[in-house]
Amino acid sequence: MTDALYSLSISQLGPLLARREVSPLEVTDQLLERIEGLDGQLHTYLTVDADGARAQAREAEGRLAKGEATPLTGIPLALKDVLVTRGLRTTCGSRILENFVPPYDATVCARLRQAGAVFLGKVNMDEFAMGSSTENSAFGPTHNPWNRDCIPGGSSGGSAAAVAADLCSASLGSDTGGSIRQPASHCGVVGLKPTYGRVSRYGLVAYASSLDQIGPLTKEVRDAALLLNCIAGHDRRDSTSLDAAVPDYLESLGREIKGLKIGVPREYFGGGLDPDVDAAVRQALKTLEGLGAELVEVSLPHTEYAVAVYYLVAVAEASSNLARYDGVKYGFRGEGRSLLEMYGATRTQGFGAEVRRRIMLGTYALSAGYYDAYYRKGSQVRSLIRGDFDAAYKKCEVVATPISPTPAFRLGEKMADPLTMYLSDIFTISANLGGIPGISVPCGFSSGGLPIGLQLMGPPLGEAALFQAAYAFEQATDWHKRKPQL
Amino acid sequence: MALTREEVLHVAQLARLSLEPAEVELFTRQLNDILAYVEKLQELDTAGIAPMAHVIPVFNAFRADEVKTGLPRDEALENAPEGEEGNFVVPRII
Repeated sequence: MTDALYSLSISQLGPLLARREVSPLEVTDQLLERIEGLDGQLHTYLTVDADGARAQAREAEGRLAKGEATPLTGIPLALKDVLVTRGLRTTCGSRILENFVPPYDATVCARLRQAGAVFLGKVNMDEFAMGSSTENSAFGPTHNPWNRDCIPGGSSGGSAAAVAADLCSASLGSDTGGSIRQPASHCGVVGLKPTYGRVSRYGLVAYASSLDQIGPLTKEVRDAALLLNCIAGHDRRDSTSLDAAVPDYLESLGREIKGLKIGVPREYFGGGLDPDVDAAVRQALKTLEGLGAELVEVSLPHTEYAVAVYYLVAVAEASSNLARYDGVKYGFRGEGRSLLEMYGATRTQGFGAEVRRRIMLGTYALSAGYYDAYYRKGSQVRSLIRGDFDAAYKKCEVVATPISPTPAFRLGEKMADPLTMYLSDIFTISANLGGIPGISVPCGFSSGGLPIGLQLMGPPLGEAALFQAAYAFEQATDWHKRKPQL
Repeated sequence: MALTREEVLHVAQLARLSLEPAEVELFTRQLNDILAYVEKLQELDTAGIAPMAHVIPVFNAFRADEVKTGLPRDEALENAPEGEEGNFVVPRII
């Protein structure tokens, strides 16, 4: 029973731990050993906390012995390095925070600690979560476990690759424009972006505050429900967190989807969609139909404007949020004789090219004389995008689409042209602009052997319906059972 | 409305970034590409549409005004590049 514990999902490990057939320390040690042996090829971790993880595992063992366990007690997790962890270095993929050791825990980390989870370490990401490939990490890219010449997606690329490669049991990431769902799709795992405000953002290093949301990346749908059960809910430290009751998301699993109305937006199946992605997603729709769901055509007419809105709204918020990195309170400081020189040196040497580009763009979009044409216009179109969803959810309960127009592209392929990189987020950005939840579930493979994901989006606080549909789909297919050869 | 080299330098100054000469050229080109792309929003008539900043309505998120212990001073200063006697130290201003 001690073979390959590293490869088990939370739902598979839970009962073994609860019956005390395996110990948290055994699982943790297996994963630490595997990280040591394999992560050199993939670079999913930025910091491995072997001692801390073992201490947490021993504590979990005590709780299990006393019968004080939760479903997450003794489960080894990897945290995206955008979530602050007390006493454990948090870099956000940036030189400017290379040596930052937070004095407090993000609310999600505190909740997981309370539940008895084990933190293996912090995983790689695009710097400040700005990117779609994890190539913008100041510490080097992560490789896709299915093909090491390809990107794992981003910005939560370290999370997705670590889950796919069995270097953790599950992970938490963050999603501002697709940063959980797109890497989940590219690595063949499950990824959920909850409704804006469902999960507290306290201790999530801010990128674009009106869009950022934390969520799970897991080996199966049930694990995502387990993690959301733990991290969802109001937090007095985040005034934008929603004071809405948190249902037991496990109750959605196993409910049949007969008669469930699934909207198919025509704007997501046009030109530019890779034929393998098109075929896999259409086949997934047939599977859902075969399970009794009713497919209805819906329209989200402002989809084509989503990328443009995002790259005004997100960068404007980023330019303001990242003003705090001034070389005074924490983080890297550059040399300068005057305060102004010091600021310039700090921010120029501390931030990578993409972060500086977005700060510049955001500063410009907010500057006198341009605010109305850019930021205000973008925010107005954002209303129209949300209106599209509100109209669609009058006709259906869930919307089904592809996650990404193509499977994972090759490392380096889009680095020279930021706009092309931005356009690859076309199918995921709208959910952030509209504040609605979205989940990615594995639904096939390309002819080149790369995973493809199906996106299901729901109305605000519609996570239960997403779990219901995603679980039904997963149980009817085998895609999530495939593992990359490492 | 194309961004000039001078405007790029001005924006960099506003954002407290010092760009290398080669980077000024690159950023001018890349920012113009992106701005040309976002121009497509001008196709839409948005007269009378309220701008959306917050997607889920939350009004007056009040909390009780209670005195609670905050982060201890020494912990708050622990990550500072330079500190002295419980203060942050910055380059001379005057």
